[in-house]
Amino acid sequence: MRTKSYIPYLFLTPAIVLFAIFMVYPILYSFLLSFQTSQGGEMTFAGLDNYRRLFSDDIFFTALKNTFVLLVVQVPIMLFGAIVLASMLNSIKRWKGLFRVSFFMPAVTSLVAYSIIFSIMLMEDGLINQFLGALGIKAIPWLSDPIWAKAALILAMTWRWTGYNMVIFLAAMQNIPESLYEAASLDGAGRFKQFFAVTIPQLKPVILFTAILSTIGTLQLFDEPYTLTKGGPSDATLTIGMYLYQTGFRYFDFGYASTLAYVIVVLIAVVSFIQFKWTEEKA
Amino acid sequence: MRTLRTNVLVYLLLALGAIVSLFPFYWAAVSATNESGKVFAKPPILKPGAKLWDNISNLDKAIDIGRVVSNSLIVVTIYTALSLMICTMAGYAFAKFKFKGRDALFSAFLLSMMVPFHALVIPLFKMMAAWGWLNSYQALILPNLAYPFAIFLMRQNMQAVPDAMMEAGRIDGVGEWKLFTSIILPSVKPALAATAIFLFMYQWNSFLWPLIAASSKSMYTLPVALSSLFGLSRIDYGQVMAGVTIATGPIIVFFLLLQRHFISGVLGTAVKE
Repeated sequence: MRTKSYIPYLFLTPAIVLFAIFMVYPILYSFLLSFQTSQGGEMTFAGLDNYRRLFSDDIFFTALKNTFVLLVVQVPIMLFGAIVLASMLNSIKRWKGLFRVSFFMPAVTSLVAYSIIFSIMLMEDGLINQFLGALGIKAIPWLSDPIWAKAALILAMTWRWTGYNMVIFLAAMQNIPESLYEAASLDGAGRFKQFFAVTIPQLKPVILFTAILSTIGTLQLFDEPYTLTKGGPSDATLTIGMYLYQTGFRYFDFGYASTLAYVIVVLIAVVSFIQFKWTEEKA
Repeated sequence: MRTLRTNVLVYLLLALGAIVSLFPFYWAAVSATNESGKVFAKPPILKPGAKLWDNISNLDKAIDIGRVVSNSLIVVTIYTALSLMICTMAGYAFAKFKFKGRDALFSAFLLSMMVPFHALVIPLFKMMAAWGWLNSYQALILPNLAYPFAIFLMRQNMQAVPDAMMEAGRIDGVGEWKLFTSIILPSVKPALAATAIFLFMYQWNSFLWPLIAASSKSMYTLPVALSSLFGLSRIDYGQVMAGVTIATGPIIVFFLLLQRHFISGVLGTAVKE
């Protein structure tokens, strides 16, 4: 049976049309905008001015640094925690489903909602400091100290995303052949050693997948710092995503904001490529 | 003996993790039922109070919560239905037909998953402004209707549908559209459910775009309304927590009802590739 050759295109038409208008066109348009500046309400071509401006823009470098600190600290902690949780969950027999749902639950809440909950819990006289106080630990200035504010963001993001990644790891663990563990155990490897000798190497492609997803997410981080710390104190948690929003929609400097958008695009491409190469080499 | 001890330890750690995961929800819901200032009470109040209706009516005075919830529901429902249809059709074409440009096109969709929404947001804003669509439902619904990840999910699941099923239909003279709606779709129901939940959650929780495209109070969606309340210089915590509970409660119930589909359908599929 031959089907008419135009049939698949008919099924694809709505997706292609929408994709062209709301994805391809904006990508190209913002690329153009990144070379323009606004002159009395009119956009004019400005060559590389916006890109040059980046290098003398202290706020940009602060935002860049903050974003990378969050990325480098938060993603490894979260992924490691997720793998540990997943392998614990994989080793038990009862209540597996219950635990899985509980750990996943944070990932269904809106970013704004959980940021608000954490912001209130982390306030000076909030719940978390009260809890620490009960353990004999002095109140921590979560939202008013530049370093602790980053820690607050990391804490909240880890709460929100660890279960999500855990579920991905758990699904992947079910594909690891039992015989590998049996062989390791015959060689005298305990649970702990098996984790590093079998589980981690076997999960490598999935670790790469989740690392890239988390990297993309963190490089465009916006909702959490906007709500939880409002970028403060004194820009300590300002991310590139937030800086772009401020530039574009508070100062309406669309040209420079588009340049910042392309910085994020390039960073995502470069960091993903490095992670990809790095994992490939080690495998 | 050793395994028994490690087992107990594993269960203890898992239970601790579960408490940490769930407690903030419980606390938000409890705070929504207590007097506003009580979120900082010492010792903390962990039992439900009787102030839920007061908090909700204050919330309603501040942001017209009925209007906000219906904005969110309208946008999410229309978006989910349309996007599910569009992405399923595209996934079907990618999975079950051979045609010129297929692989290039599919790669383009996949590659676009790496593009941050930030890179689209300014052109999208200018487009909507030029069309006079700022503060409209269509402005919130249209971008991302062709959601690459949903197309990917549907393609993966469609590939499992046996070709013989389609051929049998074609031999019987069933038209292509009928074949799709009455033979293909019923056989991928779990995948449709999983993708629908995924799209629903994405849109229900979406923040940056509604913040930019629907900035007038009457068009607020839930996340934008909550954020505006929380940005005030004097925050009424009971009110805010009532809002947070309204924003998270339904999605949790929705998730609990369909979690089996979601976890295996969305995350399982993503990993298999």
